[in-house]
Amino acid sequence: MPAEELSRIFAALADPTRRDMVTRLAAGDATVNQLAEPYQISLQAVYKHLKVLEDAGVVSRPPGPQPRPVRLEAEVFDLMDTWIERYRRQAEQRYRRLDTVLAQLNDAETGPKEQKGSAA
Amino acid sequence: MNAIAEATIEADPTVPIIRITRDFAGTPAQLFRAHTDPELFAQWVGPRSQQTRIDEWDARSGGRWRFVSTSGKQEHSFHGCFHDVRPDRIVQTFTYEGEPDGVALETLWFEDLGNGRARLRTQSLVDSFEYRDAWLRSGMEAGVNQGYAKLEEMLAHGAV
Repeated sequence: MPAEELSRIFAALADPTRRDMVTRLAAGDATVNQLAEPYQISLQAVYKHLKVLEDAGVVSRPPGPQPRPVRLEAEVFDLMDTWIERYRRQAEQRYRRLDTVLAQLNDAETGPKEQKGSAA
Repeated sequence: MNAIAEATIEADPTVPIIRITRDFAGTPAQLFRAHTDPELFAQWVGPRSQQTRIDEWDARSGGRWRFVSTSGKQEHSFHGCFHDVRPDRIVQTFTYEGEPDGVALETLWFEDLGNGRARLRTQSLVDSFEYRDAWLRSGMEAGVNQGYAKLEEMLAHGAV
């Protein structure tokens, strides 16, 4: 996937309504009417958002009988996993620093008596 | 000593919650201290490239906290209230001041695993999926700013 395609995905997901649609589609396919239900916007506006998502390759509407469901593209799931993984890694980095702090506390508590509590 | 497994994360599909679990070589009391002693907290909360300045810190039920993370000329501030502080659990609110309308309700549990080990479980509840996903995405954006490096690697391997 070239970088401009990736940029288009990020641009498509920069909008809160579209991000919300994607989050809901992650739970399963939906028709346009189902997708439109919670929003206070016209069906036309919903189609416009879908067009942006479709052009970015985030969703597709496989051909078939009407109403054709909107489907999240599998690669986008991977991308969302990437978001979560990055967030998890940030937490892990933070907790490795906490490991160091705890090790210092342990040293202070088990070290020579006169040093007790000096790390606090 | 057994190796410590890495942090696990879960983004709940039905409520806008992020849960993280991590085990530590330390007692629940030490974990509690590392979360309530401002000097200790400042040592680990931010990345090494940033300095954490504690502005306000009253780690008692009903107390306030605020800290500022600085990296060069960039400053990011965070504040909230300690709703409930007790040895096995802290409940607090969390706001990033760059997004002042957003507030997360965070619960932290310190569980004793015996043999000087403890499990930290955290849960952050935000007010919408949109906000939660933006939050998760902020980690992604950090990656994007670093030049899509990780993603490009994944792309190269056909993972995306």
